[in-house]
Amino acid sequence: MQKVIKSFGTNKVLDSLDLDIQKGEIVSLIGPSGSGKSTLLRCINLLEPIDDGEIWFGGIDISVPGYDPNPVRRRIGMVFQSYNLFPHMSVMENICLAPVRVLGRKANDTKAQALALLEQFGLADKAKSYPDQLSGGQQQRVAIVRALTIEPEVLLLDEITSALDPELVGEVLDAVRNLRNTGMTVVLATHEMSFAREISDTVCMLDGGVIIEKGSPESMFTNAANPRTRQFLSRVSSR
Amino acid sequence: MTEQLSKRARYERARKRKSLVIATASTLAVAIALIIAIPKMPRWDRVKKSFFNGEVLGETFPKLLDAFVLDIKIFLWSVPIILFIAMLVAVTRNSRSPALFPLRILAVVYVDVMRGVPVLLWIYLIGFGVPGLGLERPWNSPLLWGSVALVLTYATYVSEVFRAGIESVHESQRAAARSLGLSNAQTMRHVVLPQAVRRVIPPLMNDMVSLQKDVALVSLIGPIEILRQAGIDKSKFASFTPYVGAAIIFLAITIPMTRTTDWLLERERRRTSGTRVS
Ligand SMILES: Nc1ncnc2c1ncn2[C@@H]1O[C@H](COP(=O)(O)OP(=O)(O)OP(=O)(O)O)[C@@H](O)[C@H]1O
Ligand SMILES: [Mg+2]
Repeated sequence: MQKVIKSFGTNKVLDSLDLDIQKGEIVSLIGPSGSGKSTLLRCINLLEPIDDGEIWFGGIDISVPGYDPNPVRRRIGMVFQSYNLFPHMSVMENICLAPVRVLGRKANDTKAQALALLEQFGLADKAKSYPDQLSGGQQQRVAIVRALTIEPEVLLLDEITSALDPELVGEVLDAVRNLRNTGMTVVLATHEMSFAREISDTVCMLDGGVIIEKGSPESMFTNAANPRTRQFLSRVSSR
Repeated sequence: MTEQLSKRARYERARKRKSLVIATASTLAVAIALIIAIPKMPRWDRVKKSFFNGEVLGETFPKLLDAFVLDIKIFLWSVPIILFIAMLVAVTRNSRSPALFPLRILAVVYVDVMRGVPVLLWIYLIGFGVPGLGLERPWNSPLLWGSVALVLTYATYVSEVFRAGIESVHESQRAAARSLGLSNAQTMRHVVLPQAVRRVIPPLMNDMVSLQKDVALVSLIGPIEILRQAGIDKSKFASFTPYVGAAIIFLAITIPMTRTTDWLLERERRRTSGTRVS
């Protein structure tokens, strides 16, 4: 991404932001509330049109106005803070909707694949349940499975644990650890500093619409160069 | 643990029995009060004779039922057309594509105009107006154009209900659907509309119950349906009893309709959601 600018009205949320993500890399976005982490993720998935700049994905600038967003979104999965499962569909229907309708897969094949994934995420017995009958942690794991069944090249995770009770956070983070072994490219916004430190290859500190510092988790968490980063990290870790 | 559970169960059973006793007792009290009080009204005898005359009821009821068949027919062919037009209008008004802009304007004008005038007036205007153009049979039937007026007005009421439903589906649901690669139309069809329609079933059923009653208005331009038949019998027997008969027939349809909706909703709720908050 280069020089991405995004404003809501007069509020410039992303201000000429640059970010490079390699294939197979796990990138954490950290930073204070309102710093634009969610907005950045939504822009990558073309859910928000950007005002200026370029977003390159596999050699194509996908941010060109008028570019058809649907093929891009098929290659990028997204999981939201509030799960956003479809409440009128069972877990299985939630998962199979996109593969069947968008990718044109056979319902039976998709179901088998979905069951395997549900099993892997400890949800095998929940296929027939409806979202409202599941705990928050279970719903979020279903949302991850749903995003995975379109076999995305990149997965965007937006504070997927911040709506969860502390005991449930673990199971969702385990699910993400699971992904690490698959070589998936992951971009995640998070307030779980220890998790960001453990899982990421790169940590990016967002503030005021730009990435003010970026580096390996070790260097970021032990000796950040930018005073703003140090201040933010000491504030969150002292909580 | 089982000890506790059974204690709980016993408590629930006692509580249920107690509520049942209270409910029965209070219902009985109200019913008895009404039975004693109403005949004490000063003109009860006259009202009873002219509104609740058993003989007249027996004689007119079969004819009323026959006439009611027409109401049902009008209702049954109107409903699917109304739902179809209403859905089309609602989806058009909710579309964001600039190409559909003229259609959106048209939809807004249509809804505003139809909703701004009483149904009865539309039935007169369209029901007398169009056949007045001198069309050939069967295209000159007031029955046909009366129903068309009914359909066109009710479609706007229902489209507003659908639109409210569509707008009540949270934006995050669209975001989730779009993030999975679903197109705008697929998002509407698989994610937004199913939730929207479910949510508006109660107001939708209200409109359907009103429609069932308003079908009788078509009688004002000619067709002999139940209300008109009751009017004819009223004059013939010099009694208001046929109207009471008609009311009974309407209730026999509309009450089960509303009860069924409630039941469907309850079943749906139980199927999709967790435990009920007491
Ligand atoms: N749809 C919108 N319309 C207007 N302003 C918005 C919209 N979405 C986000 N913003 C603004 O953009 C800024 C960045 O929001 P964003 O959600 O990206 O922050 P965030 O870093 O994800 O914060 P948090 O950690 O609290 O989730 C905020 O100031 C917010 O008010
Ligand atoms: Mg956010």
